[in-house]
Formats: sequence, structure tokens, C-alpha cells
Amino acid sequence: MPPGKRQLVMGNMACMRGAIYAGMRFYAGYPITPSTEIAEGCARELPKLGGRFIQMEDEIASISAVIGAAVAGSKAMTATSGPGYSLMQENIGYAYMIEAPCVVVNVQRGGPSTGLPTKVSQSDTMQVRWGTHGDYTAIAVAPSTVEDTFTETIRAFNLAERFRTPVTILLDEVIGHMQEMVSFPEPGECEVVDRTRPTCVPSAYMAYGPTKNCVNPMPVYGQGYRWYATGLTHDGYGFPTDKPDEVVGKLDKLRNKIEHYESEICKVRAEYMDDAEIVLVSYGSVSRTALQVAKLARGAGVKVGFIQLQTVWPFPLKQLRELLGNAKHVIVAELNMGQIVGEVERIVQSGTRVHSLLRYDGDIFTPMQFLAKIEEVRK
Amino acid sequence: MNNSSSVIEPKTRPIRKSKIDYSQGPAPVSVNPAWCKACNICVALCPQGVLEPDAEGKPVVAHADNCIQCGACWAHCPDFAITSNYK
Amino acid sequence: MSIAAKEAGARQDSDVVLRYLRPHVKFPNMWCPGCGNGVVATSLIRAIDKLGIPRDNVVLVSGIGCSSRMPVYLDFQALHTTHGRALAFATGVKFSRPDLKVIVITGDGDCLSIGGNHLIHACRRNIDITTILINNYIYGMTGGQTSPTTPAGAHATTTPFGNTEKQFEACDLARGAGASFIARTTVYHTTQMDRLIMEAIQHRGFSLVEVISNCHTYYGRLNRVGQATQLLRMFQEKASTQPKDPNMVDEDSKDMIQTGIIHRDTEKTELCDEYQKLTDSLAKGKSS
Repeated sequence: MPPGKRQLVMGNMACMRGAIYAGMRFYAGYPITPSTEIAEGCARELPKLGGRFIQMEDEIASISAVIGAAVAGSKAMTATSGPGYSLMQENIGYAYMIEAPCVVVNVQRGGPSTGLPTKVSQSDTMQVRWGTHGDYTAIAVAPSTVEDTFTETIRAFNLAERFRTPVTILLDEVIGHMQEMVSFPEPGECEVVDRTRPTCVPSAYMAYGPTKNCVNPMPVYGQGYRWYATGLTHDGYGFPTDKPDEVVGKLDKLRNKIEHYESEICKVRAEYMDDAEIVLVSYGSVSRTALQVAKLARGAGVKVGFIQLQTVWPFPLKQLRELLGNAKHVIVAELNMGQIVGEVERIVQSGTRVHSLLRYDGDIFTPMQFLAKIEEVRK
Repeated sequence: MNNSSSVIEPKTRPIRKSKIDYSQGPAPVSVNPAWCKACNICVALCPQGVLEPDAEGKPVVAHADNCIQCGACWAHCPDFAITSNYK
Repeated sequence: MSIAAKEAGARQDSDVVLRYLRPHVKFPNMWCPGCGNGVVATSLIRAIDKLGIPRDNVVLVSGIGCSSRMPVYLDFQALHTTHGRALAFATGVKFSRPDLKVIVITGDGDCLSIGGNHLIHACRRNIDITTILINNYIYGMTGGQTSPTTPAGAHATTTPFGNTEKQFEACDLARGAGASFIARTTVYHTTQMDRLIMEAIQHRGFSLVEVISNCHTYYGRLNRVGQATQLLRMFQEKASTQPKDPNMVDEDSKDMIQTGIIHRDTEKTELCDEYQKLTDSLAKGKSS
């Protein structure tokens, strides 16, 4: 699929193309509906580029191999869905602890358990935030169109490389399997970020020493900087420690390196917001319907605004607090039983009422459902 | 944790004098007391009975001139604590 | 000379291991006095040193357990990963960087229990990874629980009345799964261990070296087998390079330990080589 020309592309394929554009040359995964096309695509494309594709024995092995490749110098990813994402939690935490850049795509499907393998859902949202054990700071992006999926996948890799941490791409069955007309940018058009490399003398290299932005340069294996990575809480050298101040130091560093730079991470799209009284807040495939509804409502003279969370984690508190400053009503629409709505309730002023519009029967919202909710709220 | 070597059955081979003359040079082997944990494996495995546990149970060279530099001690030391001064 | 002396023989400098210790690490190591893990570490160093492999090319990958704490002490690239997953991480390292020499340090619990699935698939793929499986017949780190290699009837904190389950043989498992180099030794037979580790590292394909080790703190104590030296004596007596004779039924031959190279297949193709052929042909196909 040559870049530049408009083509009909599936969401999962756009995700793969975006990853390749970002420099991903290692994929380890395990088949699971509705993400398998990403694996199949990588199996075809990566060897042509001198890259590596491997189907591992399970999702735990997949994320393990991805982290192994990432630490050895590659940009690496895996793609899965709910059940596989659950299996990956421990090692996502390991990637976070040793600060290994990698990307995990979760093409969400109906849950819990085997659930609705071929149906859409957004019911893994909180798992992305709290799935792994321990105090953890997640980064998750959520595209809503096939073109978005391409660019958000590049952004996900850039965030992973910039912050040396695992990044989740929250897709769902609708976006993963739908096809839209897309034109891919030429190589070099979109910015691609690479991890920083150490420049000091190898003997002076401290794998997790103090740095300005809490992100350590990461060496490539085999170039003199021999370092030890462990899931045990560790000190500046990377050696296991249980000294209280070093433990706090490490955990604060892992959080601060992300939370102090939320402005670089949190991306929100707002439309029809001027003097909006009712604001629709959504993410992923739901934003497609919400945008349409906002347009229809504005057409009918109803002051409805639209906010799409393109970064779901860290939750864009600052942007939302400003955008929802004078909204009377906020409708948080999700394809689950209400997972993000609580985050919105925490930040709105007392005068603003938050409503939850939910659908969790395996299908997408219809505009009528939104309009009915808007009518109900306006009374 | 240290055990006396008496628990091990006696050496199978009679001890003979080593060809190496240690009277002028350093001791056959050196033990790093900071790393040695007095596990006494070296004492037990030395075929020539060169090493014996001190008060703390850590090995000392008791019969230097028996040492044939066979390496049984430094090959079996789990703590990198014993090295030869001749090899 | 006793067997120990003959086995040990003259080798490299006695302090070669000291030249490979990782800077800034606090010594002595964290293992119990007399634990076999330190002996394996020394043997691994002698093997790598003798083979002349540059330190920058060696990646030690370990899981969780006493033996998996080894990589912090040795001056190579090291990944101390999660319980049972060392081989999956190592596959990622090796498959993406076939130029690196990847060595997995794991234990009987880490590799054969929670990590069993990754072991059999690493064997099946025949990926060029050397796995040193230090088998002390018990879970040491967590305080003496039974493991897949704990013999039937043996005592552990989770088999207080004697193990009602049966153990399996790691080497047989690996053989069935497709490993192309399988060897076994014990922490008593250090010269043999040096040689087998060297052969395993040089072997192109999945190589497993099972090292029978002494955990006198738990296995020895809970089964009244005694201190480290008693276990080492037991290994000395029980080990033999002859394969087990099935119709040897007398008592002490029952738990004989077969050591040496148990299986070697130099014909079987290796995963990274095969995939490289694929990428080379695709590249050539595109350019022709």
C-alpha cells in the first residue's frame, strides 16, 4: 500500500502501518479476535523490511518477547484483546518498572471472560489504568477513525520511546475491523521519536541514575554499557533495594516522569464548544456517533458541545476542567457500565451535572439514543 | 551453619607430600574472610587435608606443603572467596 | 588423588571469576552458605572466559528464584525477569538480536513449573539459547515448597507428609519438546560442568544444561540428608555418565543421576537462521 494515495484500509491494518511507520520492526503476539489481523499483517510485512515476527505460545510469552526485544534495542509491539490483555498485566508492570518502551494494542471486545469476541466494547478502560498490580501510571491513547489509528499508533510509539514506558492503544472491534478511505503520509512527514542513547563513558553509566526529566538514556545491547534490569524495586544502579528512601525515589520517578509532562501526553479534541450548555464526552468509536450528534443538535439550535479523549490515561484533567468550566450538563457516553464517568465527576464544578449514557449490549450507540438523552437532560 | 568436616567419611586416598615448595613463597591459597560464609565445602573436598576450619569455622591453611594446587577448593567455593597464589 | 582432585585438574587462573564480577554490587552474594548457585556462576564464568566471548555480547536472562539472582553479580547485560518467563524474554532478545549470546539462568520451579510452557516452546523452536537449569529439587527462595522435580515421598513445606506426586525429568521433557542439545551435571562435577556449559554455548540451537544442585537449607534439612557436603557426596556417588540401565533394580541405582551429554543433534536447523534465510530471500526477491 504505497503512502500518499487514498486507499480503503481496515483499522487493524492502519495500526500495523502506523507501527511500521514509527519504526517498529519486532512483533510478538498470539491470535485473538478481534486483533488477529494485526498479527497477520506483521507476519507478512515485517520480514520484507528485515524485521521479526513471531507467534508466541501465549500472551504472557508475547509481552515477554516484546520487552526482551525492546530492551535489546528494537521498537516492539504486540496486539491482543481483553483476555490476552489480562494475561499481560504482570509483564506490563515489569516493563513499567524497568522502564522498557513498548506498545500493547488492546482491540477491545465484549467482556468479561470470553464475553463477546466479535462485538464492540470499551469495558477494559479501567483495566488499562489499574490492571497491573502496584502503584502504576498508565499511558493509553484511543483513536476513533482508521486514519486516527495510524497517527495515534505513531504517537503511542513516540510516547513509549520518549517516556521509556509501556503504552496501550485502546482500539475496539468496530475501529479494528471497519474500513475507511485513508491516505498515509510519506516517510518523514510525521515526527518519529527514538529513545535517547547514553553518551557518557560506559564506566560512568548509571542505568537508573538521576536525570533532568526522570527518563534515563537507554543503551543498545552490545555497545559497552552493560546494565542490569530487574523487576525488583531498585536503586540508581538498578540493583535491588528495600531502603525506604530509594523505594520512594524509584516509584516517584516512575510516576513523575509521566505526570509532570502530561501536557506532552494528554490530547483532547473539542468541537462546537463555544457557549455549549450540554457537552458530550467520549472516546474511541463512540466519538464518531457523538460528533455526528453534536452537529445535528447544533443544526437544530441546541447548544451541544463535543469533547473526545484521544488520550484516555493519564486522564486529561486540566483540559477537561477548563473545557467544562461553564457547562451545565456533561453526558459521558461509554460502551461499558460506566468506567470513565467517575473521572469526569471528580473534576467538574459543583454547578455542572454529569450524566452517564451507557451501552453494553455489544452494539454501538445510535444518534437517537444520544438525542433522547439530550432531551431528557434539557428538561 | 558451619559443620565440622568429621561428618564426611575419611578421604579415600592417603595424603602425600606436594612437589611444590611453599616455604619461600606465599601460602598455597588465600581465603577472603569477608566473603567466606564458612560452609566448609572446601575443607571437606580438599583431597590433601590442607584446610581446616578456624574458631569461626572459616578455612585456614593448616598443612600448606600438602597442597597440590588441584583446585578442588576454588572450583567448589560458592562465594568466590578462595583463590590460589600459584594459579 | 580423590575424584575431586582429578575432576578439578588444572584449569584457568583460580581467580578468573573475580574479573567478571559486576562493579558496584555488594558482596558476598545473597545465597545460603554452601549453596550450589555460586559454583554454577563460577563455572559459567570459566566457560565464557575460556571461549573468549566478549562481555558485551553476552545477555543473561533469569526468572525468579534463588538461581535467578545470579545475573546481578556477573558483569554482562542482564534481565532479571518475572517468574517462569525468562525463556520468553530471552526469545525476544535473541530473535531480535541473533548476534548476541543469550544465556538463561533458571531453576526447577521457575523453568519447569510456572515456566514449563515457555520451556517446551523454546525447545520446539530450537532457538539458539543456552539454558542453565539449576535443579535443587525444591523452591528455595520461598522457603522449601515442593517443585516438579521433588521426588515422590520427599518432604517439603507443602508436602509435609511426603510428596504424593511424581517428579518429571527435565532432560526427558526437553528431549520430547525438541531441544537439540541436552546435558546434565552436578555442582560437584565442576570440570564436567565447565565443559558442558562450553559445549552448550557453542551449540547452534536450543541447549539445556541441567545442573543438579544442593539446597541443604530446605531440601537437605526437610529430608534429613544433611549439610551441603553430604549432598555433594551424594551427587558424587549417584552420578554416572552411563545411561540408567532400566533393569538395574537394586536400591541405590534407583536414583542414579545420568550426567554428561544426553542428547545432541547438530543437524536440526535453528530458528534465527531459518528466519534470516526468509528475510534474505524476500530482500533479494524485491531487488531482483
